[in-house]
Amino acid sequence: MDQTALLIAATLSAGTPLAIAALGLLINEKAGVVNLGAEGMMLIAAVAGFATAYHTGSDLLAFGAGALAGAAAAAVFGGLVIWLNANQYASGLALSLFGAGLSAFVGIGYVGKKLAERSAFSVPGLADIPFAGPALFRHHPMVYGAVALTVATIWFLYRTRAGLVLRAVGESPESAHALGYPVRPIRLAAVMFGGALCGVSGAYLSVVHAPLWVEGMVAGRGWIALALTTFATWRPARVLLGAYLFGGVTMLQLHLQGQGVQIESQFMSMLPYLATIVVLVLISRNPVWIRVNMPASLGKSFDPGG
Amino acid sequence: MLRLEARQTASRLMSALSPVIAVAITVLVAAALFVALGRDPVRGLAVFLVEPLANRYALTELALKATPLVLCAIGLSLCFRANVWNIGAEGQFLLGAIAGGGVALWATVNVGVLPRPALVPLVLVAGMLGGAGWAAITALLRDRFNANEILVSLMLVYVAQLLLSYLVFGPWKDPQGYNFPQTRSFDAAAMLPLLVPQSRLHVGALIALALVAATWVLMFRTFAGFQLQVGGVAPLAARYAGFPARRALWSAMLLSGGFAGLAGAMEAAGPLGQLTPNVSTGYGFTAIIVAFVGRLHPVGCVLSGLLLSMFVIGGELSQSRLGLPSALTGVFEGLLLFSLLACDTLVHYRVRFGRG
Repeated sequence: MDQTALLIAATLSAGTPLAIAALGLLINEKAGVVNLGAEGMMLIAAVAGFATAYHTGSDLLAFGAGALAGAAAAAVFGGLVIWLNANQYASGLALSLFGAGLSAFVGIGYVGKKLAERSAFSVPGLADIPFAGPALFRHHPMVYGAVALTVATIWFLYRTRAGLVLRAVGESPESAHALGYPVRPIRLAAVMFGGALCGVSGAYLSVVHAPLWVEGMVAGRGWIALALTTFATWRPARVLLGAYLFGGVTMLQLHLQGQGVQIESQFMSMLPYLATIVVLVLISRNPVWIRVNMPASLGKSFDPGG
Repeated sequence: MLRLEARQTASRLMSALSPVIAVAITVLVAAALFVALGRDPVRGLAVFLVEPLANRYALTELALKATPLVLCAIGLSLCFRANVWNIGAEGQFLLGAIAGGGVALWATVNVGVLPRPALVPLVLVAGMLGGAGWAAITALLRDRFNANEILVSLMLVYVAQLLLSYLVFGPWKDPQGYNFPQTRSFDAAAMLPLLVPQSRLHVGALIALALVAATWVLMFRTFAGFQLQVGGVAPLAARYAGFPARRALWSAMLLSGGFAGLAGAMEAAGPLGQLTPNVSTGYGFTAIIVAFVGRLHPVGCVLSGLLLSMFVIGGELSQSRLGLPSALTGVFEGLLLFSLLACDTLVHYRVRFGRG
């Protein structure tokens, strides 16, 4: 009973950074831009967030620093692909490689430094319910933030005019341009928003989840978040569910070891990566399903000038 | 006001100049970074651009580090030209190291079972097969299930790293190795002969050059190579012409996986002489930059491979010479690729002043 409650709690905690990053990437993919630099942005933000928390002791500032770092990195990428019409895949890869290098370089002074364990936030009245309390209501505020963010994203995309314009830019930039919408600035805003959320996610990893800085500590979560948007066929609610599913796969490792299952730790650590591959295979089997749901101009640059 | 005007055809001059401008920008930014870090910029740049060329031994090290970069990059060039986004060369490299290193380890334990002259070719073939087999997973999932090759090939990098870690921490660990995560040192007969005495440069460099020539022939002098590239530039035209897209996918993936795997086996049975968790220092990822800077051209990859090899060696030296961490290499590599992508705009666009 207690074991299960802890497993659920750990799953939600591990799924949270994936959900936040994937929701950000979802927004910029809805605008027609795919940013393979997620891993790099998360790494840069993880260092920025850790350093800020280490020097100021403020989580709020740390998340802010992470968001700023992520948005700044995304702006460089955005400038390249939106105004200079550079290839989106190559530019995203460049950002991932640059982010890995920069974060390793900047972070070297923070290796081995520790932050205090972040205390959980107990929802008043609900945290003491047996089972449900420890499973659902004793978490870092960011865990609830991810749920709120999902609701807000659904509302924004499907219930506001701005969300409609964003989707129009992703589906048919030519039509949006003809209607007088500034396609390029909208795309840049979406890309920077995606970067900011990847940044918050990176800061969560180094400040709350770990909490420490190690080179390459994002460990492929940026790429998994990218896979999540496809897996969720670009629907926010499915992104959240998918993120928890992957969080669960990550935590299964600890759970099985707790049960005394004898499997080498390296094989356990492969699970999230193998699960990503399996899920991609399952979801991509039907090309029509992907084509119907994918933003129609995804990955293509748009030149209003002609 | 500046604006971009699309060119009728891509400029060949700018295509060749773009990497040069990108390197110049990277050098300028690097100099500024050294100043910002309170180091002498001239001395800082010398560590990266002069010291790797300073003497005979330095030159052999340059060629040694360039060998895996060039091998991985020519394979990636084939892939990128065919519009196959294989970014998992690092994983294919590691599987090559595991397969080649595994054969070398087996030969070390079972001395005399196989004739000694057969060992090195066996190690290299095993490496190629290991890398190609790893790449085949990505090709298969792309071909049969339409799974995105970028994500699959990248996920397999993490799996490959964990597999290597399992082997050297577990079943392949040297029993006399004081519990260090490493295999036994390979028997000399299973290791690549040296090309230059009193250096670490091995015959693998020549093999790499031969494969560069072979890739050039395949790309520019065979019909199969032509088909492969048409599929990348104009998929619809390729389909109309009846060029098989599946064959392009498979051949690009298997060749690049094989090249990367060969590079991995050479690294294990070359300068390392054993397997450790750190067989690769990110060669497969750096090779992506090598391929782009080399214009996806085999000969260009040799030049850019040497350049990026200077970056790698400079990073190793910067710790002792400048007191800066070797991660500096990664920063410069990322800067170079960013600058290159920005400069590449000039290949397809003209910069015009004034309003259009």
